[in-house]
Amino acid sequence: MTFPLPLESLLGQWGAYGVYLLIGIAFGAVLEMAGFAVSTKLAAQFYFKDMTVLKVMFTGIVVAMLLVFLATGLGLLDYNLVYVNPTYLWPGILGGLIMGVGFILGGFCPGTSLVAAATLKLDGILFALGAFFGIFLFGETVGFYEPFWNSSYMGRFTLMELFNSETGVIVVAVVLMALAAFALSEVAERVIGKQGKAIRPRWRYGLAGGAVALSVAVAFIGQPSNADRWNMLEAEKQPLLDARAVYVHPAEMLTWMNDPKIVNILVDVRSEAEYNLFHIRDARHVPYAELDAVVEEFNALPDNALVFVMSSDEVQATQAWKYLIAEGVVNVYILEGGVNNWITLYGEGAFAALPTPAADALAYAIPIAYGASHPAASPHADRFLFDFEKKVVLTLKRGPASGGCG
Amino acid sequence: MATYAKASPSRAQSGAKAARVARPYMHPYLAGTLLGVVLFLAFFITGNGLGASGGMNRILVVFEDALLPAHIDRTPYLISMAGGDRNPLESWVVFVTFGTVIGGFASGWFNGRLKFETVRGPRTPVKLRWVMAFVGGAFMGYGARLARGCTSGQALSGGAVLSVGSWAFMFAVFAGAYALAYFVRKLWN
Repeated sequence: MTFPLPLESLLGQWGAYGVYLLIGIAFGAVLEMAGFAVSTKLAAQFYFKDMTVLKVMFTGIVVAMLLVFLATGLGLLDYNLVYVNPTYLWPGILGGLIMGVGFILGGFCPGTSLVAAATLKLDGILFALGAFFGIFLFGETVGFYEPFWNSSYMGRFTLMELFNSETGVIVVAVVLMALAAFALSEVAERVIGKQGKAIRPRWRYGLAGGAVALSVAVAFIGQPSNADRWNMLEAEKQPLLDARAVYVHPAEMLTWMNDPKIVNILVDVRSEAEYNLFHIRDARHVPYAELDAVVEEFNALPDNALVFVMSSDEVQATQAWKYLIAEGVVNVYILEGGVNNWITLYGEGAFAALPTPAADALAYAIPIAYGASHPAASPHADRFLFDFEKKVVLTLKRGPASGGCG
Repeated sequence: MATYAKASPSRAQSGAKAARVARPYMHPYLAGTLLGVVLFLAFFITGNGLGASGGMNRILVVFEDALLPAHIDRTPYLISMAGGDRNPLESWVVFVTFGTVIGGFASGWFNGRLKFETVRGPRTPVKLRWVMAFVGGAFMGYGARLARGCTSGQALSGGAVLSVGSWAFMFAVFAGAYALAYFVRKLWN
């Protein structure tokens, strides 16, 4: 899962921008070659005469989808690090309807108008200017209805989750749906657009067959589970555990907790009962079985965020570390010696040690449920001085920083 | 009506003379396949898809920021792009947008399709076409920001990675255009 690449770490900020520029150039060239600089050709879509818009768009979506899910299925690309537009259902639908109106009145969409303007079409230039004006109006007026603009937010919500089905099934279904849409489009072009045979060459059957075959292959390969993901990373990441490079001394964690420039996420994976008896200030209770629910959030954390996982000792915390690392989360560390070690160092003898504690279980007798209200939950760093080896090294994230139409 | 290139590239045209003859457009399924490969490479290498309206937004905000910096700092939607010392151009999507213009120009140049003209329906006066292009553009720009992405950033990119919102959005765009198409048929036919 080497892809997506950590562009900024590899090439620096401007190098990364250079890559985006090249992608944009390829995008613009393809739009122009498809004929998308010509408004009449785009508008003909809506009179069923020339279905180029639908054909190019759906072919593009299908091909990209097939390649993306083939790459994720083979473990080359990490889907968790691919930007999936978050769903804001109703603002999206209303915006889409307004755009549909703009499309049929003006004959372009924003991307195609740029290409039209670049090839000196005056209507494209005016459309682009109009789009700038519309964007300006939006910036000035969204403040009046911001609650609506932020409503019906569903986060990273995929068709797989909506239909509660395997990725492969959705991929096959999308391919079949697209082929059906193409078949209907061709009927429309023949009957309404009176287009000749030239636009229905034989080779398109080969393309369609290839797409179906590839989608079946994607379904057959499947998508990697968390265990598969860990297996792919084990050779690289297990040595970090063996060398204890990710086990952070409690005093180092406390130092980070007091650093206002760092977003600290403390993840307590113990049982709810143990968590209620005592936990460290701001620690969140996320049992191992519920870690999948926080992956999306953790992958969206800023570059200055640190995630510390902890259990009573280290066994469950190490499992949780593996889980999160396998899901692509960066800057994850384990609290050395767990909460027990924390109480030993910062408890000041408040709790009696149990004579025979179980493995990776609370080793102190805590009489009532303190939660985070006990002084040991938020010790004053200056009162406790420990020598420790610094382990945390902040690394830049891979994948999209802002994402979407940013 | 446009004609299409054959699957295999026709004989190579050479010299400046050939450049003035507009070459036919690529077949939609081939262009779509190429588009899909470009989109996949974007996701594969960077983790981001494509975009256009976001880049246009940021380019616009450069001018707003130069004219009315205090206004930017008072408008929540604009602060995230250009508040304080922030440079609105420091975003990947801006470079995709610049690239789109360059790529469109280059392809138009190589294929002999650079031409000052106003493309319009057979019965639409030039000035009406200009007005409608501007009005349509304004609707597009407004809707694209309301929907957090345009045809490129939402429909194409989000559609390919199977976002529910992007698919709902895509159907809405087509629905909006088809619903109005009959009433403005004289513009295009």
